[in-house]
Amino acid sequence: MGDHHHGPAKGISRWLFTTNHKDIGTMYLWFSFAMFILGGAFAMIIRAELFQPGMQLVDPAFFNQMTTLHGLVMVFGAIMPSFVGLANWMIPMMIGAPDMALPRMNNWSFWILPPAFLLLASTLFMEGGAPAFGWTFYAPLSTTYAPPSVTIFIFCIHVLGLSSIMGSINIIATVMNMRAPGMTYMKMPLFVWTWLITAFLLVAVMPVLAGAVTMMLMDIHFGTSFFSAAGGGDPVLFQHIFWFFGHPEVYIIILPAFGVVSQIIPAFSRKPLFGYDSMVYATASIAFLSFIVWAHHMYTVGMPIAGELFFMYATMLIAVPTGVKVFNWISTMWRGALTFETPMLFCMGFLVLFTIGGFTGLMLSIAPSDFQYHDSYFVVAHFHYVMVAGAVFSMTAAVYYWLPKWCGRMYNETMGKTHFWISFIGFNLTFFPQHFVGLAGMPRRIPDYALQFADFNMMSSIGAFIYGASQILFLYNVIATIVSGKPTSEEKVWDGAEGLEWTVPTPAPYHTFETPPKIDPAHAHS
Amino acid sequence: MSNPTSTEYEKYYVPEQSKMAVMATIGLILSIFGAASVMNDKTFGDGITSGSWTILIVGLFWFMAVLFAWFRQAIRENIAGMNSAQLKKSYVLGMFWFIFSEVMFFFAFFGALFYVRTLVGPWLAGEGEGGRMNGLLWEGFEYNWPMALTPQEAVGGAASQPIANNGSFTSAETTMAFSDAAAWYKWLPLWNTIILLSSSFTCHLAHMGILDGNKKKFNLWLGITVALGFIFICVQFYEYYEAYAHFGLTLNSGIYGSTFFMLTGFHGFHVFMGMTMLAIQLMRSLKGHFTADDHFGFEASSWYWHFVDVVWVFLFLFVYIL
Ligand code: HEM
Ligand SMILES: [Cu+2]
Repeated sequence: MGDHHHGPAKGISRWLFTTNHKDIGTMYLWFSFAMFILGGAFAMIIRAELFQPGMQLVDPAFFNQMTTLHGLVMVFGAIMPSFVGLANWMIPMMIGAPDMALPRMNNWSFWILPPAFLLLASTLFMEGGAPAFGWTFYAPLSTTYAPPSVTIFIFCIHVLGLSSIMGSINIIATVMNMRAPGMTYMKMPLFVWTWLITAFLLVAVMPVLAGAVTMMLMDIHFGTSFFSAAGGGDPVLFQHIFWFFGHPEVYIIILPAFGVVSQIIPAFSRKPLFGYDSMVYATASIAFLSFIVWAHHMYTVGMPIAGELFFMYATMLIAVPTGVKVFNWISTMWRGALTFETPMLFCMGFLVLFTIGGFTGLMLSIAPSDFQYHDSYFVVAHFHYVMVAGAVFSMTAAVYYWLPKWCGRMYNETMGKTHFWISFIGFNLTFFPQHFVGLAGMPRRIPDYALQFADFNMMSSIGAFIYGASQILFLYNVIATIVSGKPTSEEKVWDGAEGLEWTVPTPAPYHTFETPPKIDPAHAHS
Repeated sequence: MSNPTSTEYEKYYVPEQSKMAVMATIGLILSIFGAASVMNDKTFGDGITSGSWTILIVGLFWFMAVLFAWFRQAIRENIAGMNSAQLKKSYVLGMFWFIFSEVMFFFAFFGALFYVRTLVGPWLAGEGEGGRMNGLLWEGFEYNWPMALTPQEAVGGAASQPIANNGSFTSAETTMAFSDAAAWYKWLPLWNTIILLSSSFTCHLAHMGILDGNKKKFNLWLGITVALGFIFICVQFYEYYEAYAHFGLTLNSGIYGSTFFMLTGFHGFHVFMGMTMLAIQLMRSLKGHFTADDHFGFEASSWYWHFVDVVWVFLFLFVYIL
């Protein structure tokens, strides 16, 4: 039908009604950045309150709303949509497809997100305030003792889940059905592989989360007793269902990040990825294991000892495929012709800091030790090492790496490197001391603390302000690049980069691969 | 399906701009905002305001209208021959993974049922490692399934044990389990099982019909399938009526009532959706939409129907029998 050799539509309708994977990817990316700023603002309020012991700026109820919204906005609004945006931009270009498999649904997956988050943020102004029960919304805090805004929250979670499920179905259909002839599974770029597996995880666990919030809804409004022992239910049941979703969720967040790093490190090492096959199998093993470790978040709820042991050993097993990955990235660099442009710097930051996060994860996985660490600032340090230095750093690397391809202009390298170093220092200043205060006994989600934690907390807060401020530099650099960056029309912006996306013109035309590219059968994966 | 060739690629239809997504979003957001307001009015306010209902109803109708237009457009594109074999495969994959996500949704509720029945119940009754609470909170509670007395009732109601109550949970006088062998034919779930299993069979017969190009056979068996689905829903409603009116089994009947109504309720809702989908396919068939080798709308609906049927088998086993 018709020919599509035309550019984008004019004005706002281009964005509202688009079916183009690049437009949709761009919207996802900008939206997630907006959420990153919003969630970041909440974090700044948290750190300002914790700058000194004693109650300083906000009252405890509001503090709890801040921690809750910070977590929800960062996980569901910033990190997840940013990687979906990247998937939209890159997967069709990486496998030689004309677009995503189901373009109209693709647009819908995006457009339900902004109003859902608007509704969620608006609960701040509702009677009783915003949800204040933590991003893990444990019952009965989120049922019996919840503010009325919990109902809005529940429906928002449903909408976010719907968006994720539709987005994932689209990615699965695209990867399974739209690869160019000759692009066999084992030739796919690793980013495509990790996203395919992530999409499976999402389709499997988002409905379970929907089930959990539906049970909450029924308990709150219709008198059921899923999470109430008085009726024969159990609040711990909530935690089981939540973490059956929640643990795969943390891999949903990190697997695409693994994919990004596996694209960038080879490019700046000017060597193919070491151990491609083992990377694919490690990703699949991690995904499988992620379904049978959830109760490592619940060691202290009073599980039978057999349960503690099972979940402890299963959790430790995950370190094996994760170790394979770290080993492969390092081996890729071994004897490579290394250069350290901004994307590579962020990948190096990822490599070092994510590994630290993996090690603290291993510490937490030891059930008897976790009785000490659980719900302390040590856990906060752990998951920020994996989620910020892991997922967010790799996302930042991805933006610097592909931005020239997207807009045909080069970013300012000096500014990029400055951004990296300020981020790196700010991040570590924020979260490294949290290991110490956590081990010394400071609980998480608390607006005030004992005097002996004062110095480390002040360091944390200063670090947080530095990290936060460095994002303004990032935003400025990106906008300056788009508006007035040095134009480049080289197809291969980075001389060591491999893959189909580097064979199309720069900037990438509105439609790519309307006829499939030829894949050289002798050429290995990219 | 064979591997896609490059000629098929040239035909992959990437639709033009579409207003559907934004329109559907408006309907969806109105619906959820309306639904949340209705519920909050009921639970936290002083009665439901008509404004909340209006938003909910407008939202739902808007949403359904958009879905109708959206599917109509997709169908028209197919009839106009825009859909390559490869695009059709995308639809097949989409439907398959959508059904998989539905499976996982039910998995959450079945998981809750198993967890409660094998672990929580015995713990509340003081057994095993989880049993310490019994002496402190629910002394005298004995566990059996279907639950005869909720823990709250076992200690003499919320008044005699004032903590850890968030409602009043009164168990049913009679449960839905199979009890009277002499009057087995009065046991509705059995009839519903027979009805739903045969409807899967008739649905299959309809499929055989369209594959043979026999429209008459197709319409006949599809019509019977829809009718069976409708009867199932009626029987299910009657069962709910009996539960509420005669057995005292309600959503407030503790965890037995919760799991019973949520599992059968969501299943029933899915039967309703499946029936609606099949009924639409019947109307499409009467308009002459299907041929022996192009009837994906029906195929997708029939997969959904078989899925709903399989869920029922598990329900029958774990909710009613075991
Ligand atoms: C080697 C891999 C990992 C292991 C062994 C591990 C282990 C653990 C354990 C045992 C806990 C529970 C601690 C407690 O609450 O007492 C935990 C918490 C957490 N982990 Fe990990 N983890 C690993 C990797 C990751 C990754 C890759 C992510 C995300 C990208 C992640 C995100 C989180 C989050 C968000 C929490 C805290 C959730 C909360 O309670 O709010 N972890 N981890
Ligand atoms: Cu976990």
